[in-house]
Amino acid sequence: MTLLEQFQLWLGSIWPEWAAYITPAIIGVVVVLGFVLTTVIIFIYLERRLLGRFQIRTGPNRLGPEGIFQPIATALKVLLKEDIVPAKADKAVHWLAPVIVFAPILLIFAVVPFGKGAIFTDLNVGIVYVVAISSLSAVGIYMAGWASSNKYALIAALRAVAQMVSYELPVILSILGVVLMVGSLSMNQIVESQSIPFILLQPLGFVIFFLGTVAEMNRCPFDLLEADSEIVAGYHTEYSGMKFALFYLGEYGHAVAYSAIIATLFLGGWQGPLLPPIIWFLIKIVAVFCFIVWMRATLPRLRVDQLMAFAWKCLLPLAVINLFIIAAEVLWLPESMPWIMVVLNFAFAGVLILLWSKLFTLGGGRVEV
Amino acid sequence: MAIRTEPFILNMGPQHPSTHGVFRMRVTLDGEVVLDVEPVVGYLHRGIEKLAEGRTYTQNIPFTDRLDYLASMTNNLAYVLAVEKLAGIEVPERAEHLRIIMAEMMRIASHLMAVGFFLNDLGAMMTPVLYMWREREKLLDLFEMVCGQRLTYNYMRVGGVSHDIPEEFLPALRRFVAEMPGLIDEYDQFLAQNEIVLARSKGVGVLPEDLAINIAASGPVLRASGVQWDIRRGDPYSIYDRFDFDIPVGSAGDCYDRYWVRVQEMRQSVRILEQAIPQLPQGEVCAKVPQLLRPPVGEVYGRIEAPKGELGFYLVSDNSIAPYRFRIRPPTLINLTALRDMVIGWKVADLIITFGSIDVCLGEIDR
Amino acid sequence: MKFERYGIGIAKGMMVTFKHLFRSPITVQYPEEKLAVSRRIRGNELVWYPDRCTGCATCAKSCPHGNIEIVTHVGDENSYVVDKFEVDTGRCMFCGLCVESCPYEALAMGISYERAQYRRGDMVLSKDALLLSDIRRPSGYARPKVEVTLPKQTLLVYWDKDREEGGQKVNFLTLSKKRGRGV
Repeated sequence: MTLLEQFQLWLGSIWPEWAAYITPAIIGVVVVLGFVLTTVIIFIYLERRLLGRFQIRTGPNRLGPEGIFQPIATALKVLLKEDIVPAKADKAVHWLAPVIVFAPILLIFAVVPFGKGAIFTDLNVGIVYVVAISSLSAVGIYMAGWASSNKYALIAALRAVAQMVSYELPVILSILGVVLMVGSLSMNQIVESQSIPFILLQPLGFVIFFLGTVAEMNRCPFDLLEADSEIVAGYHTEYSGMKFALFYLGEYGHAVAYSAIIATLFLGGWQGPLLPPIIWFLIKIVAVFCFIVWMRATLPRLRVDQLMAFAWKCLLPLAVINLFIIAAEVLWLPESMPWIMVVLNFAFAGVLILLWSKLFTLGGGRVEV
Repeated sequence: MAIRTEPFILNMGPQHPSTHGVFRMRVTLDGEVVLDVEPVVGYLHRGIEKLAEGRTYTQNIPFTDRLDYLASMTNNLAYVLAVEKLAGIEVPERAEHLRIIMAEMMRIASHLMAVGFFLNDLGAMMTPVLYMWREREKLLDLFEMVCGQRLTYNYMRVGGVSHDIPEEFLPALRRFVAEMPGLIDEYDQFLAQNEIVLARSKGVGVLPEDLAINIAASGPVLRASGVQWDIRRGDPYSIYDRFDFDIPVGSAGDCYDRYWVRVQEMRQSVRILEQAIPQLPQGEVCAKVPQLLRPPVGEVYGRIEAPKGELGFYLVSDNSIAPYRFRIRPPTLINLTALRDMVIGWKVADLIITFGSIDVCLGEIDR
Repeated sequence: MKFERYGIGIAKGMMVTFKHLFRSPITVQYPEEKLAVSRRIRGNELVWYPDRCTGCATCAKSCPHGNIEIVTHVGDENSYVVDKFEVDTGRCMFCGLCVESCPYEALAMGISYERAQYRRGDMVLSKDALLLSDIRRPSGYARPKVEVTLPKQTLLVYWDKDREEGGQKVNFLTLSKKRGRGV
C-alpha cells in the first residue's frame, strides 16, 4: 500500500468521501510537478557546470553564489522572449507539439518509486506504462518538425521517428529480462526484488538499456535530432519563447525521467544502506545523469544510417540473445545462488560484446546516385 | 509499392553553425542523401585585390592579415616574399629565422583550429575545440607579445620583420615547444582512435590522388590523398632548406587522413621550432628598405606553404609606389572546388565533416 | 570498418575528459580579473604628443585607409602649427603603421582596450581627445622607451606561475572563490 493510499484512508475517516478521494491526488500531482521542475532546474545547472569543468572552463558562476540562480535567469529570459511562429506553419500543431513533448514526462513519474511506498500509483503494469508513455514524445517531436515548415526541422522530425521506433525495441527487450527475473511488472516490486542490483545480474541488459535510453532522450552520441553542426537546432529550430522553454524542459525532463528509470530498474532504486531511501534514489539519479553528461562532453555523434545500424544490427540481436539467456537462467538455475548468475552473465556479456565487435561493421555508407 | 519521393533543395548557410563563416551551399537532397552541392561564395567579399592597387607596398601588409585571419603571419610572409622577389631585397639572417619561427607557430595555431573544428563538426560538443583553443591561446599570447595584436599581426615587413622579439619571448616559446608534443599525444588519445570518429570519417569524402592533382589542390588536402608535395621542400623559400622535417602523407584521401595529416604536421612544426630556436642569430631584423618602395617594372609570383595550402601572390609592378596588379591565389578556394566530387552520394552529416576537413577560411575565399 | 577496437578508443577518450575535470579551468573572470596585456599592444586609441609633432603628416601618408586628417598653417619661426589632427578610430584597423612611421615619436598606440562607444561619431578623435591623460596611456609599440616601463604580460604558457611572474595561475577548483556581484 502506498503512502498516498494510506493518507487517503486516513482522510476518508475525517472528511467526506469525495474530498478524501480528490485531495491526495491533487497533492500527489503538485508534489510530482514540483519534484520534476526543481530537479530539471538543478540538472540544467549541474550539466552546465559539469560540462564547463570537462571543457576546462568554469561554467556559469555569476548569478548568485557559484551561479546557482543561472537556470532561473535562463528560464526568465526564455519566457520573456517574443513568441515567433513561422508564417507558413501549421499553427495548431505548432502550438500543441511542445505540450505533447513535455506532458508524458510528468506522467512517467506517476509510477517511479521514490522510497518504500512513496509512489504515486503502484500500477501492476508499471513498466509497460512507462514504455507506452515515453514513446509519446516521438509524436510531439514529429509534430514540431512537421508544423514548423522548415526543412531542417523536417529532417530532424523524420530522424526522430526512425530513431525512437528503432531504439524502443532493444529497450523493451532488455526490460523483459528484468521482468522475467522479478516476475512482476510493478515498479515497486522490481525495486524490492533487487537484493543484488540488476546491473550485476544482467550487465548486458544494462548496457543495452542504457544505450537505448540515451538514444531515446537524444543525448550524445545519439543526439541526431538536435545535431547543431548539421541541422541547426533540429526540430525546435523555429521555436522561441515559452514553447522553446517547454522543449528545453522536456529535454532535461526526459533526462531526469530516464535516469530515474535506469536507477529503478538496474541500480536498485531506493535501496541502499544507512541513508534514507529518497536520498539513495536521488544519488543514483544524479550519478546516472553525470555519466550521461560525461559522455556528452566526450563523444562525437553517429551518422543517421550508422545509428539505425547500431540499433538493428547490434543492440537488437544482443537484446534477443540476452533475453534468451536470462530466461534459461531463470528457468534452470537455483534461485538460492544468485552469484553464479552474476559470474555467468558477466562472462556472457564479455563474450557477446567481443563477438559483436568482430561481426558488426560501421563506416562506408555511400549511396550511388 | 514503392513510395514516391522527390529531391528537395536545402539552403545551407550563409548563417549556419558549421559553415565556418559565411559560406552558402545549395544542397539537393534525397532524404538524407546528397545529390548535388552548389557552393555560393562572395558573402565576405571586400575587394582586397582592388584595394591593394591603390596602396603602397607597405600599406598592403595589413590587408593580407584579413585574408586567412586564422593564419595572418603566413599571409604576411607570402606577400613580403613576393615583394622582396620583385624588388630584389636581401633579408637579414635573424629576420629569416624569426619569420620561420612565426610561420611555424602560425601553422600550429591554424591546424589546432582546423582539427578542433573538424571534431566539433563531428559532434563532439565543443570539448576538443576548447582543449585546442587553450594551446592556440598560448601561441596568440606569444604573437601578442611580439607584435601587439592577437589576430591581425602586420608583423612582417618588406626586408625583414617590424620588431625584434622581446627577451621574454624565447623562454616562453621554449616552454611551449617542450610541452606541445605531450599535449598532441593527449589529443590523439582523446579522439584520434575513437571508434565513432573512425566510423564517421574513415572512407568518407574521399579525394582520389589524380583528382587532387587535377584540381590543383594543395596543403594537407593534397597530402592526405597521398601526394608528397610541400612547397617548403619542393620549392624552398626563405631558409626552409636548412631544417630537417618530414612531410606526413596520407594514403586514402578521406576525412580521417586529412585530420591525421594535420596532427602530424603540428608535430613536424614543433620539430622545426626546436631546430630554429637554438640557431637564432643576433643582428638586424630588417634590411634598409626605402619607405616608399618602387620595385622595377616586372611581374612576380611568390608562393609559400601556408597552413591551408599553397598561398601565392602575383604582383605586377609598373615602377610606381603601388602594385599595378595584386592577385591572390587562395589555397582554400581551390581546395574547395573538390567539395562537390567528394560528397555526392554521402549523407548531410558527411557533407558537413567533409567541408570541415577541407579547413576553409572564408576571409580568403571571398577576399 | 569493423568495430574492432572493442570500445577501447572510447574509453581512452572518456579518461582524457575525466582527467580534465580535475585540471584548473583557463577562464578569466573578465571584469573582475584582468590579465596584463602585451607591452606592445596596439590598443584602441592613439596618443598624440602636440609638443613633439611638427605637422609633417608622415603618419597621414602611411595610413592605409587615410584616416588621419591633418591641417596645418605656417606659423612663426618657420614651423608648422597643427590646426586640426583628427583620427577616425571607427575606420582604423590598428595596423600601427602611422606610429612606426612617425620620425619624432609624436604618436603612439594606446594601451587601453575598453573604449567602445555608442555612436560612430564618438570614435572620431580630435586634437584634444588624443592627448595623453590618465585614461589614455601610450603602449610600447615601436616605442622601446615606453615599453620597458609597462607591466609584464601574463602568458598562458606559464599557467602554473603567478600573475606577478608573468604567468596566468589558475586555481585548482574555483569553488567558493569570491566573484563579483553578478549580472
